[in-house]
This record gives sequence, C-alpha cells and structure tokens, in this order.
Amino acid sequence: MPSSLKDRACIVGIGETEYSRGGPNSERSLLSLQLEAATKAIADAGLKNKDMDAILPSQYGRTAEELAANLGIEELRYAATVYMGGAGPVACLQTAAMAIAAGVATNVLIVTGFNFYASRKVRDLSSTTAGPMSWIANDYYAPYGVVAPAQWYSLIARRHMHEFGTTSEQLGAVAVAMRKHAQLNQRALMRGKLLSIEDYLASPILFGPYRLLDCCLETDGAAAVVVTAAERAQDTREKPVSVSGVATGHPYPADDITNRKDIFEIGLTAAAPRALAMADIEHKDIDFAEVYDCFTFEALQQIEEMGFCKRGEGGAFVEGGRIELGGELPVNTHGGLLSEAHTLGMNHVIEAVRQLRGDAGERQVDGAKIGVVTGWGDFGDGSIAILRN
Amino acid sequence: MKYEKPLPEMTGLAGEFYSWGAKSQLRFQRCSACEAWRHVPRELCAQCGSAEWSWEPSSGHGRVFTWTVATRAIHPAFEPDVPYAAVVVEMDEGVRLMSAVVDCPPDELTVGMPVVVVFEQVAEVTLPKFRRAYAEKE
Repeated sequence: MPSSLKDRACIVGIGETEYSRGGPNSERSLLSLQLEAATKAIADAGLKNKDMDAILPSQYGRTAEELAANLGIEELRYAATVYMGGAGPVACLQTAAMAIAAGVATNVLIVTGFNFYASRKVRDLSSTTAGPMSWIANDYYAPYGVVAPAQWYSLIARRHMHEFGTTSEQLGAVAVAMRKHAQLNQRALMRGKLLSIEDYLASPILFGPYRLLDCCLETDGAAAVVVTAAERAQDTREKPVSVSGVATGHPYPADDITNRKDIFEIGLTAAAPRALAMADIEHKDIDFAEVYDCFTFEALQQIEEMGFCKRGEGGAFVEGGRIELGGELPVNTHGGLLSEAHTLGMNHVIEAVRQLRGDAGERQVDGAKIGVVTGWGDFGDGSIAILRN
Repeated sequence: MKYEKPLPEMTGLAGEFYSWGAKSQLRFQRCSACEAWRHVPRELCAQCGSAEWSWEPSSGHGRVFTWTVATRAIHPAFEPDVPYAAVVVEMDEGVRLMSAVVDCPPDELTVGMPVVVVFEQVAEVTLPKFRRAYAEKE
C-alpha cells in the first residue's frame, strides 16, 4: 500500500537535559526539565518557541496546554498524546509526520522526560498507569507476585531460551556492547564504569533469567525533538534528518502477555516491514540501529523481529562484536537505556539524529546514511522509524 | 494475620472468574456460538464476535509454558516466598494463565511439565494454583 508519509517530515532540532540519578535534576520539577529540553530543541532547530504549532507530550509528562503556556505558544493547532509507553516517542514521529503531511501543523514539538528519583520508580509504572495494562496485570498477574516489567518480559526470554537455546552469555553480549558505547558518550551515566562479560555473568539474577545488568537504568532527565515539514527543513541550521519510514504495531492480544498464540510476536513484528516498505529500503541499507533496550533480551528480540536475522538467531547475531561500533550493525551507539539514560527512548531518536548529522564524535558510524530507531511499550507495543540524511 | 499480597478486584468478569475457586472449580469462558475457550475473561468472542458465552469447567490439567523466578520481592508481602516462580500454565483447553506450581522449587521447573489445578484460599479469595501431575492423560 503506497504511503504519503515518506520523507514528508524532518527532525530539525534536538534537546536534552543532563541525565542523572538523583542530584540536581531531582530537585527540579518534571515540567522544568521538559521545558529545558524543549527550549534547547527549538533553538537547535533555529526556530523560536512561538513557531511551534503542535505539541505531542508524553503520557508520563506534562500536558500540551501547560507546555504551550510556558513556551508562549499562542497558536497551538494540534496536540495529541500517544499512550504506548516507551513506544511513544517514535510513534510520535508517525503522528508528527501525519499532522505535517495533512497540513494540520508545521512545527511539531515532541517532548518527554522522567523524574524518577523525585517520585515513583519505573518499576511502579504498571500500577500507576491507567488502563487495560494495569487492570489485567492487577487482576491476573499481581496476585501471583508478578508486579514488574522485568518479570513480564523474562517470561518471554525464558521461553526463547527453551525454544532456541539463547544463552545468558548472549544477553550479556548486549549489556557489554551498550556499556562499551557509553564509554564514548559524555552524557552516559555508565561512562567510566567498564563492564566485561565476566562481570555480567557474576552479577546477581534478579527475575530469572534476568540479572541486574540485564535491566535498564532509571534516571532523571528530559529530551525533546522538533519535527518540521520537509519543504521548510532546508531553512534550519543543521542537516535535516528525514523520517523516511515510520510505523507502529501491537502484539495480539496487546493487553495480556500470557495468551498470545505466538509469544514472540511483538508490535515491531508487524510494524517493521511496513516502515521498511515505506522507506523503500532493505536491511542491508541500514547503517546503525538504536533499539529500545528496556532489557538486554528485548534488544535481541527486536533485532530478530525487525528481520535482521531469523527468529531464534538473535543470540548468535549479537555475539562477536557484530552490534558494536565497527561491527556489521552498531546498536545503541550512545549506550542505550542500559548504559546512557532512560528518557523513554527519546534519547535513541536523538542519537540517531546525531549519527545522521555526522555529530556523533567518537561514536560516529562512518558514512552513516540510514538508521533505524525502535520504541517498546508495555506489553510489547512497538514503533519503528527509518531515518536518513 | 492479614493477607498483604495483591488481590484481584472481585467485581465484573474478574470477580466471576475467581468466584469459582470458592467452589474448588476452575472455569473459563467458552463462546456459545463457536465454542472457543478464552482467557483472560472478555466481553466478546474474538474469533466470531459473539457476545454469548458461559463459564465452562476446565479439565484442570495443563503444562508449564514458561516462568520467571523472583529472587527479590518488589512487593514486600512476597518477601517470605523468595525465591519464587510465577508460572504460566497452558491448559489442555488451550488457554494460558499466570499462576504458581506449589510443590515444585523454581529450579526444578521444566517447560512442558504436566500440572493439575489446586485451590488456595487467601483472605476472601480462592486462587487457582497448580501442583505436579504424575499421571499422563491418555
């Protein structure tokens, strides 16, 4: 099915606060953090705050109305919130492209951020997020002691190990690669903290088969991007990054992990072919992948489900340096949620933009032309964007 | 001693599902039109769209599909149980549910292990759980 979204929108501005665990960020309001990221992204785009005419706020953040009031945006033409958890930021690229292609908006601000250390931790999100995810988890999982995302997804990982022989060492290869990349990233919380596979295997099992080091960071910080119409993107300072393909998807049923006919089918499984087709590219054209690594296994699983390798071969794929800088498909060149920070995956979008601008410094993938970014929401909702310069 | 672990909402379809436990029965919804079994409880049959259904008794037999082992308790009420496994059981009817295998230590669980339902009263709710089944069906 032909799509009219291909290359209609470009990411022209990126902005991030410093990332931290506790510290000064925790003393600030979430609104203040999000406004800092938003203001930086708008300035990076060479635009003024009141040039924004659409806001796509995070489901965990502040409202579009509040952000608009603070930013002096008097003509807010479009606002929408995507309720897909960590698949939200990338899904918002789809919404932004749609608003732009339809002529509803011109400059779209997408903003997210967390203040974990001032408030609840990510592991509590399942109990505080309204909606079917929490209802089913509360009634059918929690009575048996299943209350955290690490538990839900380790169920899938265990089955994957059983069916395909995926090993702990292979999950560890993901953790080690992310940590390696973080060493080259000034913003990464895990910079300066080296991790070997021996360290990984010595780390305690938390929710078997997940270890402590299979789990992403919880951090304070905010991140934002500005998306504008392709026709206007040439006016901005930095090299625009085009949204060439974008799609979202859900597993079935999306709201209950236990009763999936195919336990390995996730939102990305259906979304990836759509995004690749829209962008009119093949896997071999992709120079790097920023993959939503809430847990190591989820990164491995998404690599499979996107089609970089067959299902079950993800373990072998992530070994031997293939996903490290210099390898065949560098993954999470910034260190990911595992080693940089957790801004609901907006940091993955931003890193992809840096790569395609040629601004990734020591982390630069030479000649990067096309990159893929994914998002993951509970319980396996997916989003994917193909970005190119 | 007060039961501190999370309990299901005993209203609506969840309430109906769990109320069978008080009678030592495990029942799942079955579509009246196409006879498809389903779990978690839903208002409509996803296969044929019918809104007609009934609570039908399960054979009570199933196999371990997968599990996750908690080595620490995020919810403090589970502290005494650590390490414990939350187990997804696939019933002979084809549906799966989150539960526990009460007589099997986490490190002895295997995929495909046959289990049979037992009922455990906790506070005012009876939760379906499972124990090892030693006789193979058929």
